[in-house]
Amino acid sequence: MNPTTPQYGDLALFGHDPLWLVILKALVLFIGLVLLTLFTTWFERRVVARMQQRVGPNRAGPFGLLVPLADGIKLALKEGITPANADKVVYLLAPMIAAAAAMLVFAVIPLGPVVSIFGVSTPLQLTDFSVSTLYILAIASIGIYGIVLAGWSSGSTYSLLGGLRSSAQMVSYEIAMGLSFVAVFLYAGSMSTSQIVAGQTDWWYAVLLLPSFVIYLISMVGETNRAPFDLPEAEGELVAGFHTEYSGLRWAMFFLAEYVNMINVSAVAITLFLGGWRAPAPISTVWSGANDGWWPILWFLGKILVMLFVFVWLRGTLPRLRYDQFMRFGWKVLIPISIVWILLVSAWRGIRNEYGTDLRTTLIWLGVILFAIAAIAFLLDLRRAPEDEVVEPTYDPYAGGYPVPPLPGQEFTYTRRAPQTVPATVVETSALESTGQELEGDRNE
Amino acid sequence: MSVLLATIEQSGSTGEQIVFWVCAAIAVVGAVGMLISRRAVHSALFIAATMIALAVLYVSQGAPFLGMAQIVVYTGAVMMLFLFVLMLVGVDSTESLVETLKGQRIAGLALALGFAVLLFAAIGNVSYNFAVGIDGANAADGGNVQGIAHLIFDRYLLAFEVTSALLITAALGAMVLAHRERHTPRKSQREQSEDRVRSGEPQNLPGPGVYALHNAVGTPGLLPDGQPTDRSVPEPLRGVSAAVGVDHEDTRRVNALAAGGAIIPGKAEDES
Repeated sequence: MNPTTPQYGDLALFGHDPLWLVILKALVLFIGLVLLTLFTTWFERRVVARMQQRVGPNRAGPFGLLVPLADGIKLALKEGITPANADKVVYLLAPMIAAAAAMLVFAVIPLGPVVSIFGVSTPLQLTDFSVSTLYILAIASIGIYGIVLAGWSSGSTYSLLGGLRSSAQMVSYEIAMGLSFVAVFLYAGSMSTSQIVAGQTDWWYAVLLLPSFVIYLISMVGETNRAPFDLPEAEGELVAGFHTEYSGLRWAMFFLAEYVNMINVSAVAITLFLGGWRAPAPISTVWSGANDGWWPILWFLGKILVMLFVFVWLRGTLPRLRYDQFMRFGWKVLIPISIVWILLVSAWRGIRNEYGTDLRTTLIWLGVILFAIAAIAFLLDLRRAPEDEVVEPTYDPYAGGYPVPPLPGQEFTYTRRAPQTVPATVVETSALESTGQELEGDRNE
Repeated sequence: MSVLLATIEQSGSTGEQIVFWVCAAIAVVGAVGMLISRRAVHSALFIAATMIALAVLYVSQGAPFLGMAQIVVYTGAVMMLFLFVLMLVGVDSTESLVETLKGQRIAGLALALGFAVLLFAAIGNVSYNFAVGIDGANAADGGNVQGIAHLIFDRYLLAFEVTSALLITAALGAMVLAHRERHTPRKSQREQSEDRVRSGEPQNLPGPGVYALHNAVGTPGLLPDGQPTDRSVPEPLRGVSAAVGVDHEDTRRVNALAAGGAIIPGKAEDES
């Protein structure tokens, strides 16, 4: 190491680890993620059971803790079925892509400050570079391939529909997710995860940038295909969506990918918005050593658990959205709100960087006054509106018997027309006529 | 080519060389595979692999922002959109090999030649030492991201804005082309449910019948009073009695039973 050790939050800290340490870190992350996944499956089942007034798994091991192991053994011993009209290579490749991409994100998640491992002083993070949050987005977009290809290669309609749904869903929610990152980049002045954590020493960005945090929380649920946004695997409509045809260990890889992705997006939320590995406020104010040494791993894991609980809570509470509502929400609500919010934040940052605080206070008051004027004008307008809302029906779209779109200058008005008299279709069965079961509604079927 | 190899050998560590040879092989295999694979989805996969390999090369050459943007934008968004369309083609369809564009081979050859000239000229530039190298460019602005930001938002601001205006126009154009005017107001959920109740049949349609001999979807279900009903049969099957349509023989038999027969004890008395 250099004689002058760089402070945490400096990228010069990274890239000096000896090879054995890199391998050790990667191995620990991998095993940790798998173990955390096993724990999460148990945790989810227990918590959801509690919310539904049930007991949940309680047979294997204390509190049913060994159920994930039993599940794993069962899945490993099951036959991996390949459908006859599947695209074999892609069918096998898809779960591998999904699981591998899920595992890669944690490489740039900071788990703690600089510690000493076997005499080597190193940050508790596999690596970091100037655009590591973009790396997270990039890996997430590769992970979508696994799901999409699984849906396509299965050669089954349900899988295909699930794959299509998930690709549309994840691509559109990734836009909202990426936009929610921008405000954080502006405040941290960096796209590297360790520098973002270093920037949250005083205030968490969840407090400073609450709208971004809320948008991220919503889009992360959409991104992981979890309830209430689990449309790709809506069992009432699509059996199991993209993994309908999968079984055994291949299915287990999708399962693993989903749970690791849950942990990933939770870790990203913690890193970008919830102070990263830093101890939450009451602890760090009372105990000054809370952010040193190995303790931060505890805070990080605690925060992960809270986030996972939120996931389970959502699943236990909210019903699934309809697909069009879900897409409309993403494109017409989340994305416009984030764009306006980014505009505000960047204007704010720009003013602060250029003019300092004096102008800022003036501008705040100016903004408040303008907002008040706008609000009053809007309210007055609301009161007056009903009076001048008489629209003359200028043309009849059905005048000639066929619907005709309005010409420029003509305003479209809907005129409710009497239902057309069409003779009822003759139903073959005489029984219907005899019992009078033939009803008006039959024509509309 | 030897110039290129020489430049690779003199610059960069062994790690960088390993990355280069692995990723270059993947990129070339992906590009060739894209051309020769029969199925459109396989082609899309190969080109995605090429893009990812190129992104890794960019990162290893000191341009991490470009590498990540390549994956997010091209692999994640553009190729995914392609895949989205291709998936609808179906798993077992292969590409038609009939050429519909006249003279496309010659045009393609000419374009390839022009591209090759451009490529050799660009690579040949390296031997003239005009290039500073990415490290110098990065150091000038304090980092790779800062350097790109400086170029985009300062020197090439106009080009950047014009490109974004073009893209927005294209997006608006697509929306205008795909837009369809609505001539009747959309029915709200409340109106739909009211219509349903007014139609006289607010409940679901009856399910298909399950008899001792048949439980196919074309078999008419029985109403609570024992009468068979055509409404339980999907519309396309109604009246098509030949292969899979309504089994009218069954219907007739059941009708006869319901009218006077006494298969179900006590049934006949109730009916009459």
